[in-house]
Amino acid sequence: MSARLRDTHINLSHGAGGRSMRALIAEVFVDTFGHVQPDDSAILPLGELAARGDRLAFTTDSFVMDPLFVPGADVGGLAVAGTVNDLAMAGARPLFLSCGMVLEEGLPIATLRRVAASMRAMADRAGVAVVTGDTKVVERGAADKLFVNTAGIGVVPDGIHLSAGNARPGDAVIVSGTLGEHGVAVLIARNQLALEADVGSDCQPLAELVSAMLQACPAIRCLRDATRGGVATVLNEFASASGVGIRIRERDLPIKETVRGVCEILGLDPLYLANEGKLVAIVPPADADRVLAAMRAEPAGGDAAIIGEVTREPASMVTMQTSFGGQRIVDMLAGDQLPRIC
Amino acid sequence: MKYIDEFRDPAKARALTEEIRRLAPRIPASHRRPLQIMEVCGGHTHTIFRYGIHDMLPDEVEYVHGPGCPVCVLPMGRVDDCVALAERPEVIFTTFGDAIRVPGSRKSLLKAKAQGADVRMVYSPLDALALARKHPDREVIFFGLGFETTMPSTAMTLIQARAQGIRNFSLFCNHITIIPTIKAMLDSPDLRLDGFLGPGHVSMVIGTRPYGFIARNYGKPITIAGFEPLDVLQSTYLVLKQLADGRCEVENQYGRVVPPDGNQRALAAIAEVFELREFFEWRGLGSIDHSGVRIRAAYADFDAERKFPVPSVSIADPRSCQCGEVLKGVIKPHQCKVFGTACTPETPLGSLMVSSEGACAAYYSYGGRTAPKLVPE
Repeated sequence: MSARLRDTHINLSHGAGGRSMRALIAEVFVDTFGHVQPDDSAILPLGELAARGDRLAFTTDSFVMDPLFVPGADVGGLAVAGTVNDLAMAGARPLFLSCGMVLEEGLPIATLRRVAASMRAMADRAGVAVVTGDTKVVERGAADKLFVNTAGIGVVPDGIHLSAGNARPGDAVIVSGTLGEHGVAVLIARNQLALEADVGSDCQPLAELVSAMLQACPAIRCLRDATRGGVATVLNEFASASGVGIRIRERDLPIKETVRGVCEILGLDPLYLANEGKLVAIVPPADADRVLAAMRAEPAGGDAAIIGEVTREPASMVTMQTSFGGQRIVDMLAGDQLPRIC
Repeated sequence: MKYIDEFRDPAKARALTEEIRRLAPRIPASHRRPLQIMEVCGGHTHTIFRYGIHDMLPDEVEYVHGPGCPVCVLPMGRVDDCVALAERPEVIFTTFGDAIRVPGSRKSLLKAKAQGADVRMVYSPLDALALARKHPDREVIFFGLGFETTMPSTAMTLIQARAQGIRNFSLFCNHITIIPTIKAMLDSPDLRLDGFLGPGHVSMVIGTRPYGFIARNYGKPITIAGFEPLDVLQSTYLVLKQLADGRCEVENQYGRVVPPDGNQRALAAIAEVFELREFFEWRGLGSIDHSGVRIRAAYADFDAERKFPVPSVSIADPRSCQCGEVLKGVIKPHQCKVFGTACTPETPLGSLMVSSEGACAAYYSYGGRTAPKLVPE
């Protein structure tokens, strides 16, 4: 049991089930995460869960990132915040996480330690514990450096019923802060564009923010974090699930100048850029100001803004009043945003 | 944001829209309504839809989206050639991003990539040249396409490659020229246009003089336009003003970028590397004389068409596809038989649906799915 981890890089024996693997798990994961239970399954106390609400929320997500580290985020922090946020969007209080890792042979163990430490820091920030995990090692080339999967369990308090299909005409559309920073940070970090900009990822847990919002208004209709596909995609999902129209105003979208600048140069639309710590909420009109005030009082919601309303027509469609004075449809993208040729 | 917000000022936009509203009724009735102004360049199409400019014009003025998206006018046979080149094991095939999804008769470059071809997206031909230096054991091919806008950077890259003695780099040349194409459209019997917004980026290279024949021989006004929304709106106003005054001239709204004689160094680079082809095939428009360029003999070593066998099979456009009529402004994108049904951005039949600059894709995503007007405020 006292085998020490002496290697500097992951090799196949770290996934073989023997001493090397035990040393890796003990030193890199168990020590870092702090709450990992020693047996094959983590055992969770039902009574404590039941005291917090009447339903469980359960979700999973896999995280691949190139590069692994960008300003403001890394694959570890993202893996925790992403799953925490998926739980929070169901109105759940996130509590327990699992962590599965697929490691490529040759990965520096220092990199792995850095990722694990960042997972712990994010878990502490979000008030969750990583309680169980798994590690696999694959041959060089069979995976790209490191893949992380996290699953999470949270408890939904009584009386909270969030769903993308709940939006009604007249409701207010709120975003929790400035848009597009994660997408731009990753683009810049990939360094293919010979472009420099001082933009960090917005990666952060949103559970506290959601909890404050639900306290201000338990009848919030829809919540979703605007990750891949950005705010435009979330709004389209709401509009089509609820069979309503959504009209937003371009001038009310909170976007940092640097993000706008990068988008201008590359011909990208910030509405479609990924965020990793921003949500979109649909709120009954009478409660909109109260929810907005509650959001702005939270660190994760300081730049929250009402950006539009739910309308009856055109059903299942998102439209935008442009700052310039025209109107356009904000559709879902078919695939990635591709840089334009000229 | 400086140099951006000035060109998107909503108050100025309102004032211009008002001017256009006042002007439109003064245009002689000999011009059929709605008045049709063609924006030649796909960049303008993008601006029009992104800022909702089509929605701000009075009903009696409408835009016709022209052939100025180089990705959109690429015939299927050329895409097949790209795929054939990309599938050669020794080849790294480099392309601009928006060409990657264009359907060939069998597959797109994106599908070829998924099946193992080494296809890489680059932002500049120089990135492709850098790849060639980095992988001396591979053959790097750059998929050159675009009008005179992108031609100079491709030409400069070939000049550099030759100067540096790089042997494993070549160009699959699909560059096209704008003037013969506008002329072919003006000669087309089913065309019905009142004026043009001229392509700003192309004109930055070729200047304003080559457009003289449009006013002189065809009696149509043209205004070279910039790409910010106020540029487009002001240029639209200028074309309408010419119609109202009974003038037809080449006007230059984009004077801050476009000199009358163009960019001499860029033109010299183009002339050094390229020569006109006898004809080039366009998607939807068919074969147009002298509308494409090929690589001169002096640069033959860098010509992918000379270096590798290229199938060069001409593939007819799908029968149901009406890209040609859309390109000529005969029908609107949403009037095409397959628009939004068989042909969508996810499964494009015609290339106008592929590139974000294509009229159909712009219509589909920015507001013309069924009809161009959205619900009023």
